[in-house]
Amino acid sequence: MNIVSAVILCTIVGAVGAIVLVAAAKFMAVEEDPRIEEVANCLAGANCGGCGYAGCSDYAKAVVMDGVPCDKCAPGGPKAAAAIAKIMGGEASVVEKKAVVQCQGSSEHCKPAYDYKGIQSCAAAAALYGGPKSCTFACIGLGDCTKVCKFDAIHIVDGVAKVDKDKCTGCGACANICPKQVIMIDAAGPRKPVVMCSNKDKGAVANKLCTTSCIACGMCERTCKFDAIHVVDGVARIDYDKCKGCGMCAQKCPKHIILFPLKDDPNPPKPVVKPAAPAAAPAAKPEAKAEAKPETKAE
Amino acid sequence: MLVKLAAIFFSMILVNNYVLVKFYGICPFLGVSKKLDSAVGMSGAVIFVMFMATAVTFPIQIFILDPAELGYLQTIVFILVIAVLVQFIEIFLKKYVVALYNSLGVYLPLITTNCCVLAVTILVVGDYGADVKALGFGAAYLEALICAIGAGCGFMLAMVMFSGVRKRVEACDPPAPFKGLPITLIAAAITSLSFMGFGGIVENLFNVTL
Repeated sequence: MNIVSAVILCTIVGAVGAIVLVAAAKFMAVEEDPRIEEVANCLAGANCGGCGYAGCSDYAKAVVMDGVPCDKCAPGGPKAAAAIAKIMGGEASVVEKKAVVQCQGSSEHCKPAYDYKGIQSCAAAAALYGGPKSCTFACIGLGDCTKVCKFDAIHIVDGVAKVDKDKCTGCGACANICPKQVIMIDAAGPRKPVVMCSNKDKGAVANKLCTTSCIACGMCERTCKFDAIHVVDGVARIDYDKCKGCGMCAQKCPKHIILFPLKDDPNPPKPVVKPAAPAAAPAAKPEAKAEAKPETKAE
Repeated sequence: MLVKLAAIFFSMILVNNYVLVKFYGICPFLGVSKKLDSAVGMSGAVIFVMFMATAVTFPIQIFILDPAELGYLQTIVFILVIAVLVQFIEIFLKKYVVALYNSLGVYLPLITTNCCVLAVTILVVGDYGADVKALGFGAAYLEALICAIGAGCGFMLAMVMFSGVRKRVEACDPPAPFKGLPITLIAAAITSLSFMGFGGIVENLFNVTL
């Protein structure tokens, strides 16, 4: 008897509550951006407040309405961030951002100007004649960016910082700390090319300092049909609002320094990356291509 | 009567503070106390929900559960009722009281089944349910509601105080193992200890026995 009345009471309370909520949801519905709910569903739902917002739905609202970065949900981890990025993908302002190091002056390409034995930090080295490399615009390669990266996404490889694009969240910590400002936070996505040099010297000087430098020849500027790439201050710069990602500049660049660093390797646009990548090494010594090849191999 | 109500109100804030003395509602206490404005918003929502929840559950206990001798269903029925109530309030505010929704709305779903809201409804029944026979339903109901508001205000006091403490804690540089949550927990423990000092103050201040 007791059980029956208990069950009946709970059922009644539940049913009344359900009816009230259904009616309220129906008659008092307010139109809202449906993506807010989608984003909220991707989050961990723990309402832990770790993101600094009042809860999952508040954070979801901030992501959709204010374009707050999508990687703040710690319990959700990269999975949640990726799912949110997918939902928000259509919006240009929240395209997945990645850091790109606009310098390829590894020890092979850019010789040291002096032997630096000081504090192992880019900031300190940069204070001494603009850094130990012959090109004063180059990545110093002492890894201030590696130290500041929370995601283990940037490392020094052969004297130049390289970004692991799978781990990079585009937080911009490396770009802020780099004393040479060669790290760009690329918001254009993998379909747009990047000029992989920051040297602002005149062509002949740049060519002497580093074998993989922008010589400001203007070939890209003349090639581009969309008026999207210009040589500014002695280095080619791309206007990503105009760039259509056709890759013609990358193809025509005599120094092969315009690349698609964010593109996944297996399917590049046919003529662009594949010839450029292997060509980059031999083109390093443009005066004598034939000789250069065996030389680099011998090294 | 008025003295007793005041005593109840202040004892809920200082002596029986739900967060710092009874340790209910620790999750929002640690989670949402990072910024002062979200701490205030959250506390406002808690006061509101505690009041509404008590206003609904106290009569349910007295008029439905007690006569039917189903007191043991208290927890499950209260949870159901509070959850429905909070969801309903959220929908209602969103539609008709947009200003209030913007300041409280995001916090409402968080406290739907918050422990301190459930605790206040259950403890209030335990404390003032007996007064129904002695003083009549109206007086007992009033006491219960004042108690709920006091509990909410106590929550607000704890949140606001602790968000200030936290700002200082974040500015300092503790040893590496204490960084983040550990030092926050220690700070919370010390804040809670300080509230132990209020024991007995209200009884002596108002000259009543609670």
